[in-house]
Amino acid sequence: MGQASFEEISASDFFYRNRDIAGLTNPSRSIFVAIREVVENSLDAAESQKIPPDVYVRLSFEAEATKETQIYKLRVEDNGSGIPPRFIPSAFGQVLYGSKYKLKQARGTFGLGGKMAVLYGQITTHQPVTVTSSTGQEKIYTFKLMIDIQRNKPIILDRKVLINKENWHGTIIEFTIEGDYLRAMTKIIEYFKQTAMVNPYANLTFVDPKGRLYKFNRATTVMPEPPKETMPHPYGVDVELLQRLIQITEHTTMSSFLRGHFHRVGEITAQKFLEFAGIQANKNPKKLSHEEIVRLMQNLKKYKDFLPPDASCLSPLGEELLKAGVTKELNPEYLVVHQRKPSTYAGHPFIVEMAMAYGGGVPKRGNFVIYRFANKIPLLYDEASDVSYRVISAMNWRRYKVSPDMPIAIVVHICSTKVPYKTVGKEFISDRPEVRKEVANALREVSRQIQHFLARQEHVHMEKKRLGIFSKYLPKIAEFATNLAGKEKKPDIEKLLKSVQKYGNEES
Amino acid sequence: MATKKAKIAEKKLEVISRLKQFGTQIYDQLDEGAFPSITMPSRSTENITYDPTLRQYILGENRVGRSARNIRHIRPFTQLAWVAFFSNELTSQRKTSTLRDVYYSAQAYEMTFNDQQESNNIITDLETLTGYAREEFSIFPEERSAIFGDLDIGYTVPGYEGKSVNLTSHPDGVLIGPAVTSSEFIKTTADKVIAIEKGALFTRFIEESVHSKHKSLLISCGGQAPRQTRSFIRRLHDELGLPVYILTDGDPWGMHIAQVIISGSANAAHLRDLNTPDAVWSGVWASDIIDYKLPTDPLDEVDIKRLYELQKDPRYQSDPIWQREIKLFLKIKRKTELEAFSRYGLTYIVDEYLPAKLDQKPQENNRKKK
Repeated sequence: MGQASFEEISASDFFYRNRDIAGLTNPSRSIFVAIREVVENSLDAAESQKIPPDVYVRLSFEAEATKETQIYKLRVEDNGSGIPPRFIPSAFGQVLYGSKYKLKQARGTFGLGGKMAVLYGQITTHQPVTVTSSTGQEKIYTFKLMIDIQRNKPIILDRKVLINKENWHGTIIEFTIEGDYLRAMTKIIEYFKQTAMVNPYANLTFVDPKGRLYKFNRATTVMPEPPKETMPHPYGVDVELLQRLIQITEHTTMSSFLRGHFHRVGEITAQKFLEFAGIQANKNPKKLSHEEIVRLMQNLKKYKDFLPPDASCLSPLGEELLKAGVTKELNPEYLVVHQRKPSTYAGHPFIVEMAMAYGGGVPKRGNFVIYRFANKIPLLYDEASDVSYRVISAMNWRRYKVSPDMPIAIVVHICSTKVPYKTVGKEFISDRPEVRKEVANALREVSRQIQHFLARQEHVHMEKKRLGIFSKYLPKIAEFATNLAGKEKKPDIEKLLKSVQKYGNEES
Repeated sequence: MATKKAKIAEKKLEVISRLKQFGTQIYDQLDEGAFPSITMPSRSTENITYDPTLRQYILGENRVGRSARNIRHIRPFTQLAWVAFFSNELTSQRKTSTLRDVYYSAQAYEMTFNDQQESNNIITDLETLTGYAREEFSIFPEERSAIFGDLDIGYTVPGYEGKSVNLTSHPDGVLIGPAVTSSEFIKTTADKVIAIEKGALFTRFIEESVHSKHKSLLISCGGQAPRQTRSFIRRLHDELGLPVYILTDGDPWGMHIAQVIISGSANAAHLRDLNTPDAVWSGVWASDIIDYKLPTDPLDEVDIKRLYELQKDPRYQSDPIWQREIKLFLKIKRKTELEAFSRYGLTYIVDEYLPAKLDQKPQENNRKKK
């Protein structure tokens, strides 16, 4: 008889064993994900302080690893807020440690991605990560770190302190990673291009292993309002969150507990809800049994009269910035943008923003070019599974006199405190009815505007054609008639041609 | 015959002056700063009716407009002006052209037509507008038929003025082309015209000297007679006072070839003098099939359908013989060809059938003396 062995594994260990779920599935995908995660942290770090981001990324070749893979050094510099020195080791050396547990819109969701990249670099190359950061104070700190995977703890190999003469603030992270850049190249460059599209206030620079420079300059320094932190909305809670809140709460009655920890719950709402749930208003939340907590969670979801979450925790781009970004990267002949009003799914607020670009630099692919973004992150994989793709495919385009072979790009941006990704890999958004409805409404709006544009264009085209026909035939009629009539001088037809221009719409 | 000569020259001047009038009309409108426009009789089927007095189809009162103002009209309007211009050039310079040649010539003026059908239609427009047939604008179709017999004609075409020719001079017959149709008739010994549906029998008739034995001018229609041949037959009838006899196959199609020579076609309802109402269909009748015991084929479905159509056609109401023969065809359900007479020997049709047919009492309606 064998004895089953149980061992507790750390968060680092768990992700080490299950790195596929973070998108680190193969050498080319891994290098793409690593760059993306680190760049997103940099953008968040600058944006949270309303600093127009300057992000410099360099990927350089270090050594051959296997037949298909190489060792690269990845260096990412930003001008963000910087990290206070005491947090640096944990921020890069401990999985599930981070600043993103409160509710506001941010690119990353779990505080996981950047560390996963570092962890992946460590397990493939056995090299430490170097982090240099300053918050703009007198000193700059440099740490050389490795992660103790089994214990999920940072190991500090080296620590240096420099004088910050120029009040620099930002973070520089450098580590080695095994991957296949050549196969990932197209996606990586596409990633930068699309990131530039929804971050028109950012300077992005990428130097690839062959020394090629890709530079995406900002078109504006105007930035969207940074999101405000909010408390969770009652519809969005689960048992785990309730238990944690109960653990930390200082409130001693249910009524004040609800008011103190939930979004848009006031005195009256709390009172009515507690009546609805059959819980005494003065009950101490710490005294709730496990069964009671489960019932509380169920009732929170069931109760119909909570106010919907407000959108102050969201930071959409806004129509102007979206316009600037798309214009900068696609330079279309015509562009329409539309931002929907905030909506919610399962207690999470979200906003859909959409742009439709026609002609100009819009690539012609024989089908609509779809750019998908969630919280300003480009989504480059699994397009066909995404809710936007489905909505676009299901649309009755003939109604809008739009056909897929026109040079049309559709940009969909969904921002939310919790983007409804289908997978941890953050590649596509699941088909939730609330989200689908907003995407469809946005699409109808921009399509209507494109339809007007196309109709106007068609009209102008017809007018030109019409005028061309008159200018071609009227002189000939004059010529033949002059000859037939046996006259010398041709009649003047200029006035007639002018009148055609003026009364262009008659008899056409 | 000098008057005839004058008539042809006169007609040319008439045509040229009509074209000039059209050009002047457009010129004046343009000169006043207006979009030129014209109206002409409509050729749509609702506007085509049969006139029992004229014994041909005519156009009714409906007219259609063409305005250079209208984006859909300006192209055909320009094409019409061009065709008028081109016809004027041809006619004034005494040159001729064909329908196909007109279509190709347009390209030199950057007046391309999509296809020949389009240019043909525009030429028909000019006919409708002016009331003159295209041959009078010096535009001829490709199709040719032939004439043989003792008739001296005087050419009016450039280079041949004053020259004359006798139409027995060539044993294959003489093509009825622009030179023949524009010629003047000088003298003839013939006292009748025999129009024959098929070239083979036309040749046989020449070989058998039908033209001298029966004092006749022989015409090969080559199937459905071309318009210029129909108008030429009309001239032979009108100017020389010759009766016209028509020989066709004994089936609905042959019957209709004769009918078009007599009553004209709906397609030419905008024109006059293309038909010869006094011409006579001499055979082959359904009753001839019985009387001469001719070899036959059964009528097929299309033949029968055609017979029912013809039965209702207004052109077949004027003379009882049409209805009588249609009924007989439908009764015996047989048809035959002119060649069928060869069962009685090669010369039977000339020696026996033709004299009998020519002696036959003219059909009642056609008996009226001119």
